[in-house]
Amino acid sequence: MADMTNRSGFSKQDYQGPPSTLCKGCGHDSITSCIINACYEMGLPPHKLAKLSGIGCSSKSITYLLSHSHGFNAVHGRMPSLATGAEAANHTLKYIGVSGDGDSANIGIGQFMHAVRRNTDMLYIIENNGTYGLTKGQFSATADFHAQSHYGDVNEYQPLDLVQLAIELGAPFVARSFAGDKTQLTSLIKAGLAHKGCAILDVISPCVTFNNHETSTKSYPYVKEHDIPLHELGFVPSFEEITVDYKPGEATEIMLHDGSKLILKKLHNEYDPADRMNALNVLEKGFKEQKIITGLIYYKKDAKPHHELLNLVDVPLRDLTEKDLIPTKEEFDALMKELL
Amino acid sequence: MSTPQKIVNNFTIKIATINGTGSQSANNILFKTLVRMGIPTSAKNLFPSNIQGLPTWFYIRTNPKGYQSMKRHSEVLIAVNPASMGQDLAEVHPGDVVIYDETTLNIGTPKENVTYYPVPLTKIAKNTFDTPRLRSLLTNTLYVGVMAEIFGLDKNILRSVIEDSFKKKQKAIDVNLKAIDLGIQYAKEHLPKKDPYSYEKIKNAKPQIVIEGNAATALGCIMGGCTVDAWYPITPASSLNEAMDSYGQRLRTDPETKKKKIAVIQVEDELCAIGAAIGAGWMGARAMTASSGPGISLMSEFLGLAYYAEVPVVIVNVQRVGPSTGMPTRTQQADILKCAFASHGDNRHILLFPATVKEAFELGAKSFDIADRLQTPVIVMTDLELGMNYWASEPFNYLKGPFDRGKVLTLKDLENIKSFGRYADIDKDGIPYRTLPGTPHPLAAYFTRGTGHTEIAGYSEDPTVYRTNMLRLEKKFHTAPQYLPKPIVLGDAKAKIGIISAGTNDHAIQEALDDLKIKKTSLKYLRVLAYPFHKEVKDFIKTCDKVIVIDHNRDSQLATLIKLQFCDIAPKIFPIAYSDGLPLDPDFISHKIEEAIAHG
Ligand SMILES: Cc1ncc(C[n+]2csc(CCOP(=O)(O)OP(=O)(O)O)c2C)c(N)n1
Ligand code: SF4
Ligand SMILES: [Mg+2]
Repeated sequence: MADMTNRSGFSKQDYQGPPSTLCKGCGHDSITSCIINACYEMGLPPHKLAKLSGIGCSSKSITYLLSHSHGFNAVHGRMPSLATGAEAANHTLKYIGVSGDGDSANIGIGQFMHAVRRNTDMLYIIENNGTYGLTKGQFSATADFHAQSHYGDVNEYQPLDLVQLAIELGAPFVARSFAGDKTQLTSLIKAGLAHKGCAILDVISPCVTFNNHETSTKSYPYVKEHDIPLHELGFVPSFEEITVDYKPGEATEIMLHDGSKLILKKLHNEYDPADRMNALNVLEKGFKEQKIITGLIYYKKDAKPHHELLNLVDVPLRDLTEKDLIPTKEEFDALMKELL
Repeated sequence: MSTPQKIVNNFTIKIATINGTGSQSANNILFKTLVRMGIPTSAKNLFPSNIQGLPTWFYIRTNPKGYQSMKRHSEVLIAVNPASMGQDLAEVHPGDVVIYDETTLNIGTPKENVTYYPVPLTKIAKNTFDTPRLRSLLTNTLYVGVMAEIFGLDKNILRSVIEDSFKKKQKAIDVNLKAIDLGIQYAKEHLPKKDPYSYEKIKNAKPQIVIEGNAATALGCIMGGCTVDAWYPITPASSLNEAMDSYGQRLRTDPETKKKKIAVIQVEDELCAIGAAIGAGWMGARAMTASSGPGISLMSEFLGLAYYAEVPVVIVNVQRVGPSTGMPTRTQQADILKCAFASHGDNRHILLFPATVKEAFELGAKSFDIADRLQTPVIVMTDLELGMNYWASEPFNYLKGPFDRGKVLTLKDLENIKSFGRYADIDKDGIPYRTLPGTPHPLAAYFTRGTGHTEIAGYSEDPTVYRTNMLRLEKKFHTAPQYLPKPIVLGDAKAKIGIISAGTNDHAIQEALDDLKIKKTSLKYLRVLAYPFHKEVKDFIKTCDKVIVIDHNRDSQLATLIKLQFCDIAPKIFPIAYSDGLPLDPDFISHKIEEAIAHG
């Protein structure tokens, strides 16, 4: 097994990281292993990946994966800005941004929204546990109304839903999953990586230490009970033939930018991820019925990623040299002459 | 009354207008005309934090010695703003000249020994031009015409400046030329010359460019290879980023594909601006942001990350008056200490202090070499005075590179080494080696973090590891000066009294020193261009009995910074600190230096 490699010749180990120091059973660790599997199975060369994060247990988790990829652990809530600059400097890497609900829905909500608005080219994963794990269990902005904290106090504020917000902001790829559903999650990670532009993936990721009690909607028992997958997901990378068994009409197929396909096997009536109003309605209905809707909730084709909006040359800016960057003596002299 | 002696090319004109009425364009035409006449000229725009309606003043000083500071007294007043008239007239001295808009200003009882030239500017504009906008705009051009006649501007040069200023907009050229002619005509017919002031063309003067300070810094950044500028609008830094954008369009667009070799991104705030610049710097691009006080304060947390994680990035701080929102359109250098130590914990940042547009251009370019070489933030400390004024300057020298990209390990380098430690001090100069993301080698990757880290960038809370790393960062700071521009020393080498300053204070200081030289005071003067300070600064202080450090802030920030670095000679330092939002006044500085010397 040890010498098994993917199509690019990398072994699973090339995608792994040092052992996690998170609490045993933390949802974030499950997500870590799904990211590792997804990258390995897609055969993405590790040096073509870059991992970015903010601050929190969730943000810390990128330490424990992809140790052959460059990583950058930013300041609290500001991961999207790093991604914005990195993408402008080099649009040929795949960026995986990992954040928490506190990181993205509280301190970093502005950066979250503007990264979506710019269509920053990255897979943006929010490891959502409804609490501040790292600072020991305070409420985050995604904590349920009237939720009880680890210490017994009650949350009097309305929760904020990043999936709903991302759809409203026009993100081209918006999905939700659950750390305990490795199959669905891995498919969504792969699809998010194959997608060009901002892919928002909110993952319910229970904090076993501070927010895993029965009444929390971000606990293992609750999600297992209330998860409503919109579809069964199949991901077919560009280098594989489609062999999934489904009858036409039972599934929707989404062709992603690198030629991969995401197959949504319908579980629910006529769910069409391209219908924005319907997506918002389904979410709203889910909240009312205390159901957690998972799957690819919204998908918009052909939204230009930020580096294309910037109309940059094909060569990454950071690879340009003096020859490309310094105006010629003639150009410079002409400019000086105009200023005389 | 006998005609007083002629005063040629040696007086200041103050133009008092209303913000937002288009006087800027007329004033720049006037400025450029004088520059093209070969006369040493400087201009200061004193404008309010307002879009339209508040008083604004434009000072044009000509002076044979080329002094560029702002004198507090102007010999000629052009008054077209009723709102500021009272204040403007109160500042008029005997011997001065007042040209005013007779239609809108009632100046009351004339002062004795003051020459008045009443001109019905508004009325002429009303009778000549059909739209209110044109009338308002061209009232300004009219007074330039009047001045041309009274003070003897070269009319051909004036016309050529107008033609160049409104390139390709024939209609604008036509109406402006018309307004100029009307002004000239009116003066010829109604205003016989009664005052001694005049301009005379200087033959064989070296041609000078006219450029805004922020544009000069931006052009430097372009020459220095900047490819990512992330920014958020703020006075007085916006025009720098806008210049990055327009120079980018002009100089960094592929002629065939029309694609760009630069990303100028207006983001949601300064947190994102600095974050994006750091993200790009980490990725290996030459990246920057430009802002001012409030924005720089917001950037603090990220600056500490870039310092500790050792990411090259350039920040231009076009300083304005604080604290808080302060006076956004006034000038000051009160961010020196904040920028030197920005962010929590032990930080020290590289600062550069340009004084002129030429230096802004050169240091703008060089800042990227320094950031790459030292792998740390470099803060270019300009100010509103330099940034938002237009300056005459000798043309800039072409900078052909090469860039110093610092210690970056390429794939080839990695193939020849056994191990790579991102924060290992291989060369014992405190500067580690870095790799860029995307380098296809198993050794290349490391984890950039703001948490305590080992030489191989692993997480660590180990006391020795922490301290060793912090001491290495300090060593890097000691290595820094050899890569930084050296101080400039002027004056009498044997003098026992020294002056030290930085940035735009130079203009007032140079003039004050000339004044004191006439009074036989022997002085030498050192101007720092960078922090950390070179050994030369200490040597300079050592040769003096007393060193007067001149600061453009309340709290003697530059003096404090010098004392911190050279604490053993701190007692020799005598600070002069003054700031009221205006550029430093040479007369005041001269007087203060005399006082300081007398102080014993
Ligand atoms: C500017 C700033 N303020 C506060 C903190 C303290 N802090 C660290 S992590 C965190 C919350 C993290 O919550 P979340 O993003 O939900 O991550 P989790 O630990 O739950 O995975 C806070 C408030 C900080 N690091 N920086
Ligand atoms: S505190 Fe919660 S979020 Fe943090 S590691 Fe432990 S279980 Fe995970
Ligand atoms: Mg959380």
